[in-house]
Amino acid sequence: MKHFSISFIVGGGLSVLFLMGALLSFFWTPYDVELLNIKGKFASPGLEHLMGTDHFGRDILSMVMVGTRNAIAVSLIAVGIGATIGVPLGLWAAATCMNGSRLIDELLMRGNDLIFAFPSLLLAILITAVFGPSIINAIIAIGIFNIPVFARISRGAALSIWPKEYISAARVAGKGVSRISYEHILPNILNLLIVQATIQFSIAIIAEASLSYVGLGSQPPNPSLGRMLNEAQTMIFFAPWLAYFPGGVIVALVLGFNLMGDGIRDLLDPKLRQKSITGKVSNDAS
Amino acid sequence: MISFLLKKITSLIITLLVSTGVIFILIEVVPGDPVAFMMGLSGSTDAADALRLELGLNVGPWDRYFDWVSGMVNGNFGISYTYRVPVVELIRERALVSVPLTIYALLLSTVIAIPAGLISATRRGSLVDTSFMGFAQLGVAIPNFWFAILLVLFFSTTLKLFSASGFPGWDAGFFICLKALTLPAISLALPQAAILSRVMRSSVLDVMNEDYIRTARAKGLSKKQALFRHGLRNAMIPVLTILGLQFSFLLAGGIIIESVFSLPGLGRLVFQSIIQRDLIVVKSIVTLLVFSVVTITFIVDLLYAAVDPRLREGNS
Repeated sequence: MKHFSISFIVGGGLSVLFLMGALLSFFWTPYDVELLNIKGKFASPGLEHLMGTDHFGRDILSMVMVGTRNAIAVSLIAVGIGATIGVPLGLWAAATCMNGSRLIDELLMRGNDLIFAFPSLLLAILITAVFGPSIINAIIAIGIFNIPVFARISRGAALSIWPKEYISAARVAGKGVSRISYEHILPNILNLLIVQATIQFSIAIIAEASLSYVGLGSQPPNPSLGRMLNEAQTMIFFAPWLAYFPGGVIVALVLGFNLMGDGIRDLLDPKLRQKSITGKVSNDAS
Repeated sequence: MISFLLKKITSLIITLLVSTGVIFILIEVVPGDPVAFMMGLSGSTDAADALRLELGLNVGPWDRYFDWVSGMVNGNFGISYTYRVPVVELIRERALVSVPLTIYALLLSTVIAIPAGLISATRRGSLVDTSFMGFAQLGVAIPNFWFAILLVLFFSTTLKLFSASGFPGWDAGFFICLKALTLPAISLALPQAAILSRVMRSSVLDVMNEDYIRTARAKGLSKKQALFRHGLRNAMIPVLTILGLQFSFLLAGGIIIESVFSLPGLGRLVFQSIIQRDLIVVKSIVTLLVFSVVTITFIVDLLYAAVDPRLREGNS
């Protein structure tokens, strides 16, 4: 029987809440995010503006909603890029490693190490230094540093599946290496990949916020949580709410996805589930 | 042991060479004409030609690459286009802020995380454990630059204990500088400490389930004695890995934290250089940071071998 852990419920709840808010911002925000209202600048949080207004009189809640939507979109695409390129690479490396030629495996893994040698933020800065700051380049930069993560984890997991008997059976049945990877290995490591994807997603949210904080992410007037924090910094002494809300939203979003990832892992990992049913080991794998 | 060392050193050198290649291609080949890029729209043809000659750009990319790498090996990184001083001097000056900051943060993170993880693991399921791990979850989720802003708001604005930004320079005295680096170091260390304490906790828990701990317990050692005499050394292996990785996170995180606190470190220099299109400085700092990450990974690998004799056999 599957029972949902508290972390799954809290995390899932938070994630769904933010996803809904982000989706809602496509159709409706309390105010227009580009609407300047100098007369109403620095309004503190209240009934009219739930999260207050900034130095141009823009409604913070509306900007936070659109900013969250942007952050989620950037992270989803970036993690998507990382998984779509990284997972096949990892499967390929594992397949060649298990079938004679270790050269390709070695090359792929050294390539991975190379990307790991560049701290993610540095890579992003390098890319934006060359191609100019934009939301697309931020996505590419975050995506690139996700590739080795997915490649490594799928290679490792695939290596443990290859010696299984049903793989030998599939080979005897005449299936080729790539078909086995796709039809038998991939479904068996999918759980692991889903859990990793939620973790990477929350890392990507912070990465996006960091990049836009230093001005390398989405460009004005497109609202972004990171840039809102940057602009808030000079005004926190008299308008601290400008820093509280965007930052709080990032924390809640990341926390939500992390907790949900933990919850999904507990649900999907049969080993852990069994242990928790017998009561011997609780969820201490974090 | 020697073959292990040789193998590691070869792979270190190859990684370094390839990464300089990547940096070179990204910065000098991809943008097309670096001179046009550096001068922006304002440059005249004469000035561009002069700069091209000055930078040694009048030869092909292969020659330029070899000149660059052999220059770096001899400690000559070139001359900054905007500051008109040798890049080495610029970097040395800025590294005097960035490197102490990184070490300070790494120390803080270790000093907080290792005892916290150990206590959590030994009192699993207790209130202490639950609250430590709750804090850890929160710590992972907080972007360090936001935490930095909150720290400034609380310690500088409300309590007036620390100055909000800036760095007085080491001439002003060691403790004054240490104080200036304290808030930046705390904000850098928080997320890392959160991750590290979780790794420490699960690593200790794993070790406590091992056969040799049971043997030690059966021999009559208490749980604590068994852990400290036999378990801790083994539990440190994953912690060491993460610690090595964190060095690179801290270096990169420093880039942002330095701009929050306006510290004159390498991170600020990179940003200014990007804005001023000073590609020589950008190229040098990126190379230097990648070098230090790769070297740290190399040292961690060696430490592994020191902790775990099995890895010395060379067939890891």
